[in-house]
Amino acid sequence: MKRRDFMYLAGMGAAATMLPAIPVWGKTIDPADMLGSIDPALKKRMADVALNAARSKGATYTDVRIGRYLNQFVVTREDKVQNIVNTESYGLGVRVIANGSWGFAATDKMDNDGIARAAELAVAIAKENSRLLTSPVELAPQKGYGEVSWKAPIEKNAFEVPVKEKVDLLLSVNDAALKGGANYANSILFLVNEQKYFASTDGSYIDQDIHRIWPTFFLTKIDSKTGKFETRNSLSAPMGMGYEYLQARPEDKINGVTTFYKGRYDMLEDAKAAAGQLGQKLTAKSVEPGKYDLILDPSHLWLTIHESVGHPTELDRVLGYEANFAGTSFLTLDKWESKKFNFGSKIVNLFGDKTQKGSLGAVGYDDEGVKTKNWDIIKDGTLVNYQAIRDQAHIIGLNESQGCCYADNWSSVQFQRMPNVSLKPGTQKKSIDDLIKNVQKGIYIVGDGSFSIDQQRYNFQFGGQLYYEIKDGKIAGMLKDVAYQANTQEFWNACTDMCDESDYRLGGSFFDGKGQPSQSSSVSHGSSTTRFNGINVINTGRKI
Amino acid sequence: MAILSKEEAQAILKKTLSFSKADECEVSLGGSEGGNIRYARNAVSTAGEISTMGLAVSSTFGKKTGSATINEFDDASLEKVVRRAEELARLAPENPEYVSVMEPQTYRESIAFVPATAAINPDARAEMVLKSLQVAKEAKLEAAGFLENSNSFRAIMNSKGLFAYNKDTDISFSVTTRNEAGTGSGYVEQSFNDVKKLDTLAQTRIASGKATRSATAKAIEPGKYTVILEPLAAKDMLENLVRGFDARSADEGRSFMSKKGGGTRLGEQLFNEQVNIYSDPFHPELPGATWSGDGRPQEKTVWVDKGVVKNLSYTRFWAQKQNVKAIPPARQVIMEGGTASLEELIKGTEKGILVTRFWYIRSVDPQTLLLTGLTRDGTFYIENGKIMFPIKNFRFNESPIIMLNNVEALGKAQRSGNMIVPPMKIRDFTFSSLSDAV
Repeated sequence: MKRRDFMYLAGMGAAATMLPAIPVWGKTIDPADMLGSIDPALKKRMADVALNAARSKGATYTDVRIGRYLNQFVVTREDKVQNIVNTESYGLGVRVIANGSWGFAATDKMDNDGIARAAELAVAIAKENSRLLTSPVELAPQKGYGEVSWKAPIEKNAFEVPVKEKVDLLLSVNDAALKGGANYANSILFLVNEQKYFASTDGSYIDQDIHRIWPTFFLTKIDSKTGKFETRNSLSAPMGMGYEYLQARPEDKINGVTTFYKGRYDMLEDAKAAAGQLGQKLTAKSVEPGKYDLILDPSHLWLTIHESVGHPTELDRVLGYEANFAGTSFLTLDKWESKKFNFGSKIVNLFGDKTQKGSLGAVGYDDEGVKTKNWDIIKDGTLVNYQAIRDQAHIIGLNESQGCCYADNWSSVQFQRMPNVSLKPGTQKKSIDDLIKNVQKGIYIVGDGSFSIDQQRYNFQFGGQLYYEIKDGKIAGMLKDVAYQANTQEFWNACTDMCDESDYRLGGSFFDGKGQPSQSSSVSHGSSTTRFNGINVINTGRKI
Repeated sequence: MAILSKEEAQAILKKTLSFSKADECEVSLGGSEGGNIRYARNAVSTAGEISTMGLAVSSTFGKKTGSATINEFDDASLEKVVRRAEELARLAPENPEYVSVMEPQTYRESIAFVPATAAINPDARAEMVLKSLQVAKEAKLEAAGFLENSNSFRAIMNSKGLFAYNKDTDISFSVTTRNEAGTGSGYVEQSFNDVKKLDTLAQTRIASGKATRSATAKAIEPGKYTVILEPLAAKDMLENLVRGFDARSADEGRSFMSKKGGGTRLGEQLFNEQVNIYSDPFHPELPGATWSGDGRPQEKTVWVDKGVVKNLSYTRFWAQKQNVKAIPPARQVIMEGGTASLEELIKGTEKGILVTRFWYIRSVDPQTLLLTGLTRDGTFYIENGKIMFPIKNFRFNESPIIMLNNVEALGKAQRSGNMIVPPMKIRDFTFSSLSDAV
């Protein structure tokens, strides 16, 4: 599902309009049909049909993905349920190498003939494309794993929770927000289950069950006298978890200017806090532009990491494959080859990760059958690696893929996508208060807001949900009209302090877009609260 | 076959509705076929053909609605999908904002379908891409581009007898050309209903020219400048404005269209009087659907007349509640221009900046519609009516509302993506920082 469709469905577009109809991106199904899965033995038989058909037509490598993608949305505003949608998308994609070139085809006709035809078409396309080939595909070696499986370590399958319970939760969130002073309250619960089967001529048959959850709300309060309005979005993170994400325990909470959530989320509590903060936002002081030391909460910093570290270290962007859409990268190969490109300060360690429990990127194996792992991308401030898949590994001297291959549907061809890219927490014990107390003139930013970055990932501008002025080591009240601008390399070199592991939290997105035709992927970014010195803050207030 | 004629679509919809036992039922049917080629580093990277067709049923008992979709069209499947929608409707909570399906309407015949575009095959696509690659290679540039075409149809029918059908064709092309050193970049993007209007060779030449001329860009100080926005850049800003012409969010007080103390800015002079914006599904350069998703006829609608806001769009629920006509949201948006060419606008500029396009535009403040984003793929300094030299890209922080108050001159409007917009000369456009990106 694309971000645009989601915004439309959720009424989160610029106009925040009502939903006229259910958009169609899959087949809608009865909730009861969402609990089962397809027998792996049957999937293996189907996969073998494709593998054999492709081989008989001359493919030198084939992989098959059989996917059943389930989504559930519950969408509410104030005291109304606007939409409940259950969708299913089921089919098979075959990717082959023939004559040294890639070919891909997909089908939802899941009988032997339909599958064989798709495999044959993939080979025909590969042969057609090979006429325009500049150099043959070079795949990093990959051993077959035989018949294996991986299940996301969830505690409660959210699809098993009755819809009524979900509706009741969201309506109680809206009610609490309205009672707390918000004029409008929208809330959404978005659930995903990817049941994916992968098979390849390397000898892997991999069955995986992946779950994601994203509860979120957005509140608006209007000051009728001035005509001004303010919004406050939920501080939740989309997670690779089951319904247990919504069952917060005291040990999952961190107290501060508002309650922060670590691995579990208390939606009702956050909505109550948000409603109160809306009033403060309306009367907050407009920021004086200038240089400030920024303390960035993980609920905000994830997006800055995503845009300024995640994207420029995607190897396909570095090489120019995304030049016409997502852009290229300032982290060119010569900077990596020099082994001394100073990306950030010595305390900056950023790593690629496809395994962290509860993260959106966590899977057992990627979409080309590579077992997932972690690796350093920025080590002690220096660029040491990128994100690569099997046909790119040789370009950066690797003899195996980093397991970053993903397709957003059975009908989409898999390609390099961002793993979780996270900032290692500090090694010295430090709380948020420890960070704030050393700041003379600063701003503490919580939650993600407006975001924009150039196509090579140098210049960015970010906003947030809550801005607090820091004066002489103390929080001195709320600010508004805040956005900061920086250059990626300067920004990460201005990183001077961070909290320890006990503050490490994940943020993330369901809608990282790349490719033409565009595909969406889900990715998390972890960090602890972090300090950046002397960052340029602008005032975004205007009169029209 | 994914493209059904009006009669074929009508027959399937009629059959589907015959199975309905709900109080109200609406069925929609749509299909498309087409293909694409993606290229990068002067070689094709992926190519695909896509054909899809689907049917969606929405059944309502009282104010409880359920929806289901299917991609099989035999009688048993059609009956099954109706039963499933009805089961879901019985389980659904009541929607107090449900509005009864529409009475039958009359629509003019759409002019959006062009047979020549519908006839495009993989060879034709490859031929168009080869021309683009040839230009890039000759200019010693690296091209990355995307060419995609589709033919589609959409039809709806409801239990009150409304029936509507549209079909259209679309071809879109974009290419980025960069020099080997990575110091210059150019871009073009075009969409048409009629493939005959697309010249990938000429367009890639324009992109290549920009790439070559934008190399060795100089940095100048950020600040307020007179800018000339090429249609692509102007479109990027306008898209964000037009999406906000929504009555409900304005009435609710949470839009730039809301008025202090309540009400909306309908009837107010919000922009410079040179600004005229309308939508028209029958504009020959930008033909589109003649009805909105719920069956409302799309008519020529004036949104801004001489800078005054003339209309806002409504959902049928909100229009009923406010007791006004339910004008559907704008689809084919046209901003009128003048007669000057881009070159003439440049000629008449003492000091200014020519912007080819913007990138990564995001809303900063919904209250003022303040947007941020960056220039890209060819930004040039103008002095005494001439392009003097390429300049480094800027980040801007500007509201299209302020921008359309600062209009100095408008050039000849042309189609850019899915809008028709003129090149614009705007004073005091706010650039807030420099970017090293090329």
